[in-house]
Order: sequence, then C-alpha cells, then structure tokens
Amino acid sequence: MGIEEKTGNLGFVTTTLETVVNWSRTRAMWPLLSGLACCAIEMMSAQASHYDMSRFGMELMRASPRQSDLLIVAGRVSTKMAPVLRRLYDQMPAPKWVISMGDCASNGGVFNNYAIVQGVDQVLPVDVYVAGCPPRPEALIHGILTLYDRVRKEGIADWA
Amino acid sequence: MKEKLNKAVETIKEKFGAEEHVFRGHVTLILNREDIVPVCRMLRDEFDFQKLTDETAVDYYQRKTPRFHVVYQLHSIEEDLRLWLRAPVPEEDPFIDSIVDVYPNANWYEREIWDLFGVRFKGHPNLKRIMLAEEWEGHPLRKDIPVKVEETRFSFNWEEIDLGKKYVKREQDLPPGEEKEDI
Amino acid sequence: MTTIHDEVTEVSLKELEGLVSERAIKGETMLLNMGPQHPSTHGVLRLLLELDGERIVTCRPDIGYLHTGIEKSMEGKSYQKVEVMVDRIDYLNNMGNCLAYCLAVEKLVDLDVPPRAQAIRVILCELQRIASHLIWLATQALDLAAQSVFLYCFREREYILDIFEMVGGHRMMATYIRPGGLWRDVPVEFEEAVRDFVDHFPARIQQYENLLTENPLFIDRTKGIAVISGEDAISWGMTGPSLRGSDVNWDIRKVRPYSGYEQYDFEVPVGKNGDVYDRYIIRIQEMRESLKIIKQALDKLPYGPVRSNNRKFVPPPRSELGVSMEAVIHHFKLWTEGFQAPEGAVYVPVSSPRGELGVFLESDGSAKPYRVHWRVPSFANLQAIQVLAKGHLIADLVAIIGSIDIVLGDVDR
Repeated sequence: MGIEEKTGNLGFVTTTLETVVNWSRTRAMWPLLSGLACCAIEMMSAQASHYDMSRFGMELMRASPRQSDLLIVAGRVSTKMAPVLRRLYDQMPAPKWVISMGDCASNGGVFNNYAIVQGVDQVLPVDVYVAGCPPRPEALIHGILTLYDRVRKEGIADWA
Repeated sequence: MKEKLNKAVETIKEKFGAEEHVFRGHVTLILNREDIVPVCRMLRDEFDFQKLTDETAVDYYQRKTPRFHVVYQLHSIEEDLRLWLRAPVPEEDPFIDSIVDVYPNANWYEREIWDLFGVRFKGHPNLKRIMLAEEWEGHPLRKDIPVKVEETRFSFNWEEIDLGKKYVKREQDLPPGEEKEDI
Repeated sequence: MTTIHDEVTEVSLKELEGLVSERAIKGETMLLNMGPQHPSTHGVLRLLLELDGERIVTCRPDIGYLHTGIEKSMEGKSYQKVEVMVDRIDYLNNMGNCLAYCLAVEKLVDLDVPPRAQAIRVILCELQRIASHLIWLATQALDLAAQSVFLYCFREREYILDIFEMVGGHRMMATYIRPGGLWRDVPVEFEEAVRDFVDHFPARIQQYENLLTENPLFIDRTKGIAVISGEDAISWGMTGPSLRGSDVNWDIRKVRPYSGYEQYDFEVPVGKNGDVYDRYIIRIQEMRESLKIIKQALDKLPYGPVRSNNRKFVPPPRSELGVSMEAVIHHFKLWTEGFQAPEGAVYVPVSSPRGELGVFLESDGSAKPYRVHWRVPSFANLQAIQVLAKGHLIADLVAIIGSIDIVLGDVDR
C-alpha cells in the first residue's frame, strides 16, 4: 500500500518541489513534548486513544527540542517560564512552528496578574492560536490542520 | 472545644500572654513574634501537635498597625485538632524567627512568604525566592501592588496594547493569500 | 538587541552553597539539572541533582515555573467570580477544588446546602478522584515504560469527562459546584451514565492490575524505592496516598467528614512499607473504594432542590425572574455587587486525590475575599522528595516523582 502501487509501472511522478517538500513536512510534524498546565492534559488526551493525533503524522512527541518541528505552548506561561520557553524555541531546528494552545497562552486568559505573560506572542512568533480554556482535543486538532493548510501554501520564497 | 486543645490553649495563654479568638470553631491564638519558636516547640513536644499543616501570611495594609500577620496552622493527627497561631509583624522591621528547626516542612512555606510578602525569617537555612525568579523586584501579594497588570482591551485601545507585544502579527504581516477575518 | 532568552542566568557556584554538599563545590560529585522541560517531571518542575556516579546525593526541587498568581487574582473578584480560577489550580481535581472553595464560602457565610446537592457533589468528586488517579496511573506507567497502560487509562478517563460535560458543559473546568449548591440539577441521563460507568469500570481496573501489579519489571522498579516512615511523612507534612502508604490511617473523609461522607460505607486503604509500590496499590484500591461511594450515593440520591433557598447568597432560578420583582432585585444585586461575608477567617480541608486540600479564606466584610490561601497537597508532598530521593539511582527518580503524584499547577498556584 503506497504510492508505488497507485502509480503502477509508471516509475515516476511529476510534481513541484514546493508541493513535495510541504507535503513531507505536514505528514510528519513532530511536536515537542512540553506541557505547561491544564492544556497539557487535553494535549495528552488528543494524543491518546480517543482522539489519536497520530492520524495526522504526530505519533511521536519528542522530548528533545532538537528533534521537534512544532512547539505547542499548552498552558499559561509564567514570567519565570518564558525565558525557558524561548530557549526551547531557539533550540528547535528550522523549519519550526508554534501553536499557542488555550486562552492563557494566547492572551493571558483569566489570569491578568503579575505572574503570567499576557500572551506568549511577547516571547515567540505564534502561527496558530487555539481558543478555549482549555480547548477540546478536537479544537487542538483543528488548529493543527489549520497549521497544515498554511504550511502547504508556503512557497520557496518563504523557506529562506 | 475539645479538652486537649483547651488545655494547650490555656497553657499558651498563661505562659506567653496570647490572645484567643474563636470564629466558626477555629481557635486562633495571637502571639508576640518573639515567642513563636518556643510556642511551636512546646505545642509539638507537650501537646502532640506533630504536624505543621499550613503557614501563610496576611497583609493588612492601612487596616491594622502591625501590617503583616504570619499565620501558622498546627495539627494534631490523633484527634484531628487544629490550632491557628498568628504573629503580627510590623512593616518597618519585617522579621520573625524561623520555625524550620521545629517543623522541617516550614522551609518552603517560609520561602514562599518571603517571596510573596517580604517577611524575612531569622535563622532560615536558605531564604531565597521560590515562586518568582531571583531577579524579581518587590513582593507581589502585598496589598499596595495592583491586581491587574494589563488594561482591558477595547476597540479603541487594542492596537496600543498589541504594539507592546513583540511578535504579534498584524494585518500587514499576513501572507498574501490570507485575509483578516471580520469578526 | 537583547532577546528574552539572554536573561537566563547561569548558576554560579556561590549560589549553590548550602544547597548541595561540599563535595559538589570541590567538583567531586556531578551536578545535573533536570527540567523544567522534561518528559517525566509531570509538568514544569526543575530538579537540581547532585550525583555520585548514578546515586543521588542531594535532590533540590526548584518550583515556581507555573506560578500563576491565583491567590492575588482572587482578591480582585467577588466571591462567585473567583470560582473560575479555582478550577485551574489543581487541573486534575477541578471538582474537588470547587468543592473546597464552596465549603469555605458556605462556612464563612453560614449557608446550608440541600442533601441532593451534597450527594451529587460527592458523586462528582469521587469520579474526579478516579479520573485523577487514572492520569496518575497513565503517567506513572509511561515513566516506567509501560505504554499501553497510558492508552487504556485515557480511554476510561474519557467516560468520566463525558459525564462532566453532560452536567457542566465542559470537559475539565465545569465550575459546576457553586456556593450554596450546584449550578443546576443534573440531566436525566446522568444517573444512567454513572451507573454504566460504575458497572464497567471494575473490569478495567482489573485490566490495569493484570498489566502491572505482578509484573516483575514493574515490581523491580517500585518495591523498596523511596521508603519513608510514618513519623517522617507526618513531620514533612505529607498527606493523602503518599502518607497512607506509610501505614498511617488518616483521611479527612473519615476524620472530618464533609458533604455527607459520614453516610457512606467505605474503607481507607493503607500500605505497609511506604514505598512506591505501596502507593501504587493504595491508589488502585482507592479507585475501587470511590466506586463503592458512588454506588451508595446513587442508590440513596434524594430528590429535592439543588440550591440553597437563601436568596442573600444564592441567585434565584431563571424561572422566577419573569414573575417576581424581588427575584430580579436579588439577581441584580448578586451578579453586580456580589454578597458580603462577615469579617473573619475560615479554613476548610477536603480530601483531594493527592491529600489534604485546604482553603484559608479571610474576609474583611466586603464582597471580595481579602485573602485566599490554598493549602495544597502537592506542595507539601513535593518538599519531601529531598528525603525520598536520597541515595537512590537516578533511574528511580522518575518513579519517585510519579509516586507522590504532583500536579505542578497545584504546587505553584
């Protein structure tokens, strides 16, 4: 079961470089196994048996930032954690993407106080925001698919 | 009030001149801050309060004259007796003796109080910030520090708030294929 | 241009004095940093380890990476609105947090709760205990390299979350328990769904036990690890399964019953050795006992109102608003200004899956709490890891962290 059966004896397929690179990027985008707070539990749920994110090429959560492509900021980011998160992001190899999961990560949520960074976009460039407190696993999956759509639209000029 | 608790309260009142308050069944003793270590030691050794369940502080900014109250909750497990101790600490000289020698788990509670309220503990082995980063200035749970840090966003000021955020994407930053959604 | 990541401060040797032994300063032992981003620390916990070969000499936890300032934020909201944050303290025990907070408010303003609401609270909190223990079991097994238990546990947890969604409209943060009772009555399908879960779940517990309890790999990695005596556990302030593992029979549900726990017949499982394995057995047994409580509460579930009738503190039902001017006034007063509590301080402990969860609530007579302090079980239990981890292999550390079942949201607040 693979492309070689579909193509039969053709021996080759033609496509553009952009399509094939973006296709391969979206089919195996490994997230960083880094949970912060409540949303991390929903992220684990999305990873586990009911919702099964491995349908979207995410069966591996890598514990090392060096091996991951996607940082899911799952939970509230405290001022003490923000530098650590930035360091994690800097350690990830390009191309890399960030999903801000939940209200607290996106804009501080209900915690408008001294301890919480009011939006992780003060520290990291975020690609997709997922609303909810915490978002359902379906919402996270929708966020990931939205990210895939964006990645598929990227051209060679964006890769530089 | 149970007999054992009563006896402990009477003894402390007699020996250390503590003041007793009862609210909804909670017995609280207000002590001088110099007495806290001997009182804790006496309660642990003679009256079986073998556990420190909780330690915290309350800031009475512009309400009461000794500004801070350090609140201890001692617990005797056999009969589930709980006794609250309060030691007022003035603002000018926020010091109190550490009870780490009596109850080892007071260590983190006292670090937390130092971190969030700025009450110092004499004789604490490692009095450093615990919740906030080392370089943080101020003690955020004091009442003179405002609760909110960010203004509420409205249609007239959201752009100003966004400008303070380094990586916020604005309309002009979006890739050409994507339009900003009208909400 | 300076980016924020430049501000990560390097640890100098001087800062370490007093934290680690003399040998580390001389360079004889190795210092290892574990976390805050680590798959086995159950959140953003940082541990500073001093290692002699593979043995842990000292283990110093560094917490605060999830410090949320919840206690401060609570001071700025009225008593009803505070509850939104209460859910998010210990995010595996949402119902239990709400219950502790509501009991504290009810004690402060002297409010009664109808028996039906009390029974439903007990059912939900016990379901929450099972859900929390399932997460604990999933992560503990995953840390000890048993992947399939993780998948099974999350499968069952979804059933409980479905029940929460049915009653409260949200999978995790339902905020369903309110001061004076519940948000609303449970839907008609609730009883059937819970009974269905109670009938099916014992077989599932057996399934986990088949995989782990007599598994030699699991026993090797848990038996005799992190032994702590009962007296030490008490003096370190440990509560919950971590204390009961050390042969101390102490549970708030028994010694200081709340919400009608005295009506139910259940046992408090107690371990013998105080090691990781005993804590595992206790939590498995606690799930069975919780099922017993749920079953009894369902059988006895009384009919009647689920909210107190005291209009000073509890908003009137929606149906009254159209017909009663008084109800409109109460509704308006409660949702704009809130209710005023008498001056004083109360403390209410409840039994969370991790131990004693207590709320210290001080009021100055206004509509907002003057000071809320959460006596959280994970904070006290985590402090004892300095004693628990001493002398063990670094590979056992993940089992030890798992066995005290910390939730970092609970530790840092």
